[in-house]
Amino acid sequence: MDEHDLGKALQQQVLDAFEKENPLNITGSGSKSFLGHVPHGQTIDVFKHRGIVNYDPRELVLTARSGTPLSKIEATLADAGQILAFEPPHFGNQATLGGTIACALSGPRRPYSGSARDFVLGCQILNGRGEILRFGGQVMKNVAGYDVSRLMAGAYGTLGILLEISLKVLPRPAASITVTHECSAAEAIESMSALLGKPYPVDAACHDGDHCHVRISGSAQAVSEARTKIPGETMPDAETFWAALREHEHPFFDHRNTLYRIMVKPATPPLPIEGSWLLDWGGAQRWLFSRKDFSTIRHCVEQAGGHVSVFRSDDRAVELFQPLPAPLLALHQRIKSGFDPKSIFNRGRLYGNL
Amino acid sequence: MHTHFEAAGVALPYSHENNTILIRSLQNLLPKESVLTDAEDLHPFECDGLSVYRQLPLVVVLPETMEQVQSIMRLCHAQRIPVVARGAGTGLSGGALPLADGVLLSLAKFKRILNIDPRNAMATVQPGVRNLAISEAAAIYGLYYAPDPSSQIACTIGGNVAENSGGVHCLKYGLTVHNILMLKVVTMEGELLTIGAETLDSAGYDLLALMTGSEGLLGIIVEVTVKLLAKPERAQVVLAAFDDVMKAGEAVGAIISAGIIPAGLEMMDKLAIQAAEDFVHAGYPRDAEAILLCELDGTNAEVSEHIMTIRKILTGSGATEVRTAADEAERQLFWKGRKSAFPAVGRISPDYYCIDGTIPRHQLPHVLRRIGEMSAEYGLPVANVFHAGDGNLHPLILFDANKPGELARTEEFSRRILQLCVEVGGTITGEHGVGIEKIDSMCFQFQSAELSQFHSVKAAFDPHGLLNPGKAVPTLHRCAEFGAMHVHHGQLCHPELERF
Ligand SMILES: Cc1cc2nc3c(=O)[nH]c(=O)nc-3n(C[C@H](O)[C@H](O)[C@H](O)COP(=O)(O)OP(=O)(O)OC[C@H]3O[C@@H](n4cnc5c(N)ncnc54)[C@H](O)[C@@H]3O)c2cc1C
Repeated sequence: MDEHDLGKALQQQVLDAFEKENPLNITGSGSKSFLGHVPHGQTIDVFKHRGIVNYDPRELVLTARSGTPLSKIEATLADAGQILAFEPPHFGNQATLGGTIACALSGPRRPYSGSARDFVLGCQILNGRGEILRFGGQVMKNVAGYDVSRLMAGAYGTLGILLEISLKVLPRPAASITVTHECSAAEAIESMSALLGKPYPVDAACHDGDHCHVRISGSAQAVSEARTKIPGETMPDAETFWAALREHEHPFFDHRNTLYRIMVKPATPPLPIEGSWLLDWGGAQRWLFSRKDFSTIRHCVEQAGGHVSVFRSDDRAVELFQPLPAPLLALHQRIKSGFDPKSIFNRGRLYGNL
Repeated sequence: MHTHFEAAGVALPYSHENNTILIRSLQNLLPKESVLTDAEDLHPFECDGLSVYRQLPLVVVLPETMEQVQSIMRLCHAQRIPVVARGAGTGLSGGALPLADGVLLSLAKFKRILNIDPRNAMATVQPGVRNLAISEAAAIYGLYYAPDPSSQIACTIGGNVAENSGGVHCLKYGLTVHNILMLKVVTMEGELLTIGAETLDSAGYDLLALMTGSEGLLGIIVEVTVKLLAKPERAQVVLAAFDDVMKAGEAVGAIISAGIIPAGLEMMDKLAIQAAEDFVHAGYPRDAEAILLCELDGTNAEVSEHIMTIRKILTGSGATEVRTAADEAERQLFWKGRKSAFPAVGRISPDYYCIDGTIPRHQLPHVLRRIGEMSAEYGLPVANVFHAGDGNLHPLILFDANKPGELARTEEFSRRILQLCVEVGGTITGEHGVGIEKIDSMCFQFQSAELSQFHSVKAAFDPHGLLNPGKAVPTLHRCAEFGAMHVHHGQLCHPELERF
């Protein structure tokens, strides 16, 4: 892979944009451009700002420029028997580290080992004034100053351009097996939530409409021991199954309606909303294809103490993210203007007024 | 004792009459016994766990409802009175140090566990609940709250969130930030905000991460929802002794390279071993230069498998002795020695000063050597206790505050250790926070533009700078002055020292 440090060039582009108050649309490979509101502004390309800057497997830390392809990072880690434990979806062959962290995307392992933001240790950013700043670091524990690096995760680029990111990485589990049994969604929710109270090394659990699948990973001993305690058949080729689920390439996702992402407490019973459902994250993240409108769905999800966003839709001019209460939105705006006073970065990508 | 404490950067209507009015207003908001003003009542609040800094507050308030906290904050906001929050006061960086002209807001009365939800593996508690009390209450469901600071019998969950506290198990289970879901926070203006959610993530920015570790500068935490984990089937600890600290350090790297993440991986050096041994008789080998405590947890078979591997690695790394705890009682005893290392060192020296830097692990030999050299140079012994797995060092400098100049020398020594941590790619604080203690060392770690960005975050929450002013993030002015003083001081006192 060709390595490039384009930090200075990107800085110049931001300084120009700041000067002219020109909005910028931060783009890596574009694999996440379907997420959030339609980006506008001039494209600022971080795709070529790439390269693994530092990686020592014994430190469990990897630092890379934001344009580095996820696939490159995962291959490098695999050579040392390590993984990104939040199992990020790529949603495209060229997906970059920066986009993954900016959108805070995590895969099936998330409830059991942590989210994208949980593994962020530090970052280097370009703020809206064109300043290059470093927060956090390359060590596991660091409480000096506010945790700005984790704030960047899930901000959809609205607070700054991620230039470099340090992540905690983990050893790949020695063994893994997936156990499957047929059941209803309600039954799956019961059994997945019961597993939360059990000391088994479960690292993924979902219900795909008619089957509950539970992945167990850890040392060879731990896996074979837990296997005897969790009912069901062993799934052949489980790796392909989880990868398809993670990438939304599972047949469930062959659908034309709007795709909603619904977050509830894992033990929440099935919600009474018409459509087709897939429950991931042990029931905590639920995918719904439905013709119902956002506000009807939102109302029902809020009743259950959850929140919802539109994940894939043809119509992106409407509200896509759960609206924030007024005082919280005002706080978001003040934080945004502290990082990006002229609102040049990804204007409106997340909320209309951010 | 210390005079270099920076006052709030706001114009305070500071006069005896105004104070009387403030106290009367507070008395109107709270029951009489919840507003303390007599010097003898204020004394218990004059310092936190870093007792070299002491200051009596103007007044202590002990609210017990969110509404009371809101009205106190509204009042203080309107009158521009600074507010310092306090949990149990076990903090080690002077974070809860009161202000002479400010209100000290104690969360001591917020000590109810509101809900334990085993089906969703979470618990909602008030901020004054002690860390250990959560695990105790969850135990009947086979669940526990993972972060376990050594102070866990005393420290509060509110304080843990404010400091992003860790514990001996955070290598595997993460810090506070990884184990909480939702906070209720009262802002300086008295607004009640819900931050995060009962779900695994929430809409908008990750303010939960921002609040965690914010040292009481962004809001008053009035409710905390934590994640609970299933208690591992089995936990076992292996103790290894080494005749050389460097070998112990290398063993740590070898364990991680083998693909095992122990539940805990702690190191102690000779002075710390002997102090702990004399104090709690943990059965540590007194003549070892270093010991490692490596805890493994999981299912029964998994733990057995890992113990075999770990024993091999430790022996291969030159351990002079490798012992697996014979039973649960011995396991607890091994940990007791480690968890009481601070008070144990407190017994062998009139005073000790705890440092909290974190470094990339491979720098351990270099940093230990430099600390040893500086210890000789300052004539102050150091006992080393580490969260070795994640590179978090706790050198304890032994000193006597009653000897003239010794505290000042200790503080200079400690700043140089922190500077060294930054130079090797680490940080000035891994878990104890900046507070007032490390405010000057922040100037080593961050550039002006970064500090300004922190100030902008602060201003978004608290534009008048009334929450815990003078802590955690230094003003640019302060860093400029400190930089000048530091160079000046260094040149005067130790021109012979290598600086890098
Ligand atoms: C013997 C000993 C061992 C220790 N071991 C560890 C360890 O292993 N790991 C570790 O991380 N720490 C450790 N500590 C440090 C300390 O216990 C932690 O920092 C702890 O989280 C502080 O909790 P507290 O309730 O005592 O908070 P306090 O000391 O009262 O306050 C700490 C900070 O939090 C703020 N604060 C407190 N409550 C609130 C609230 N409700 N809302 C907003 N802000 C608030 C205060 O303003 C202050 O800035 C140890 C301390 C001692 C004395």
